[in-house]
Amino acid sequence: MSTTHEARRRGFVREILGRSDYAIISELVEPGARVLDLGCGEGELLEWLARNRGVKGRGIEIAGPRVQRAIARGVTVYQGDIDAGLADYPDGSFDYVILSQTLQETRRPLGVLQEMLRVGRHAIVTFPNFGHWSVRLRLLFGGRAPRTRCLPYSWYDSPNLHFLTIKDFEELVRAQGWTIEREIFLAGHRAGTFLTNLMADVAVFLVRK
Amino acid sequence: MIVETQSVRFDSLSLDCGATLAPVEVAYETYGALNAAHSNAILVLHALSGDAHAAGISHESGKPGWWDNMIGPGKAFDTDKYFVICSNVLGGCRGTTGPSSINPATGAPYAMSFPVITIADMVRLQKTLVDHLGIQRLLAVSGGSMGGMQALQWAVAYPDEVAAAIPIATTARHSAQQIAFDEVGRQAIMADPDWNEGNYYAGQPPARGLSVARMVGHITYMSDESMREKFGRRLRDKDRFGFDFSVDFEVESYLRYRGSQFVLRFDANSYLYITKALDYFDAAEGCGSLVEAFRPTQARFLVISFTSDWLYPSYQSLEIVKALRSLNRDVAYCELASNYGHDAFLVDIGEQTEVVRGFLANTFRSIS
Repeated sequence: MSTTHEARRRGFVREILGRSDYAIISELVEPGARVLDLGCGEGELLEWLARNRGVKGRGIEIAGPRVQRAIARGVTVYQGDIDAGLADYPDGSFDYVILSQTLQETRRPLGVLQEMLRVGRHAIVTFPNFGHWSVRLRLLFGGRAPRTRCLPYSWYDSPNLHFLTIKDFEELVRAQGWTIEREIFLAGHRAGTFLTNLMADVAVFLVRK
Repeated sequence: MIVETQSVRFDSLSLDCGATLAPVEVAYETYGALNAAHSNAILVLHALSGDAHAAGISHESGKPGWWDNMIGPGKAFDTDKYFVICSNVLGGCRGTTGPSSINPATGAPYAMSFPVITIADMVRLQKTLVDHLGIQRLLAVSGGSMGGMQALQWAVAYPDEVAAAIPIATTARHSAQQIAFDEVGRQAIMADPDWNEGNYYAGQPPARGLSVARMVGHITYMSDESMREKFGRRLRDKDRFGFDFSVDFEVESYLRYRGSQFVLRFDANSYLYITKALDYFDAAEGCGSLVEAFRPTQARFLVISFTSDWLYPSYQSLEIVKALRSLNRDVAYCELASNYGHDAFLVDIGEQTEVVRGFLANTFRSIS
């Protein structure tokens, strides 16, 4: 069996801007959509989506130097924090609200998710899976707070405030009465469906009310 | 780049107070070239003490413009790409009709018979100038402080004629504190016996009063930190206190110098009229709320504030941004880190240049 065939069989995920979750997001977002990216950094994803998918993008980012670089590259970014930053937008202002690997850094994750689904028709949420086997092993046998490829920080300097697993997120969505439209689980560059809460290091969810 | 201030006369201008000025003179400068589609024009708007000379070296005075670090080839407002216009405001004393101009009805300076003007009046006159220059739609309007108020007023009053607005270090309405500082300045001028109810053009101008007004102004333009860095408690040309009321501290010397320089180029009555226009400014007036006031706007916005600006603090920029976001307008906002206080938009321009350049380029692309 050739390597390319093997890769295809196992759901190899390409990268956009060095990130496989960006590649998934770019496929979920419909061309020409109105998109809000929370914690947009220097606006790389929004710029890519604007150029390649014709989306009308907006971003929110807290770090001043990142905001400046985002605006300098022509992306409309508001300097503010995500926890309070969505309140000003009217209901249904966006087709998609993206929260890429930032949910675990927010102060009130549920409040943020509720706001995302108020201002947007769909929410795209990606997060590092705390149920990954490497996390479990490190805690079980190392007796130490996990440090992995996707969670590289020591406990004392981590920006991550909340740790969650794929199961946790699915349970929350059910409890809120929302609908999971798509879920994609990434293990490195592979999309997987097998023992996902154990094997996936990053999860991508497309959710609507 | 040697530049010359030009002038144009218009028959009349109707004012918010109900009066009509006739005729009205406008002093302006332009930099760069207007393109064939007339789509690359940017109107730059000056603050309280500014004038039409925004960039280049003045043919008359040999001095650089007040925003020369922002306007020119390769700069934020890149004159290789854009056609930049700056005019002296209505009520000013640097070539545009103001209280020191001759009232044609009497043959004497208007002085205090000059009608009270508003930011909206200033903008109405600028619109007349822009029409005169054959520009239907501006690529951008931009300015700091009072210039930012004019930029907001442009976006509200002429929504279809402005593609982008860049209000910097400004507010949608003057606060009690801002009005208070302006009132101290006005009282200093009016308390000077040389002011003489505004009738000083034949004699001594109220130099002491205007100088004190400018000293107060300068304090509000700096930050505690920038004053500490620049002056500290250093003494001026002495090792110990003089035990008198001549200049002891560097900061005293600086303020006195700035005050004395200002009176050479600025008219005290203009200071009264323009600060009054600042104090009257409230974009929400007559609309109920800022959101309603901004509802007509079509422009993209880039709002900029500075961390150490306590005269126009970031919360005032955020009020503007909040109202625009609740209308889902295309509004970018950043608070730039600077120690320079309110003056930052004039002197600390590194990061400001980057964001303005990128924002303008994106706007220009989107309309071309």
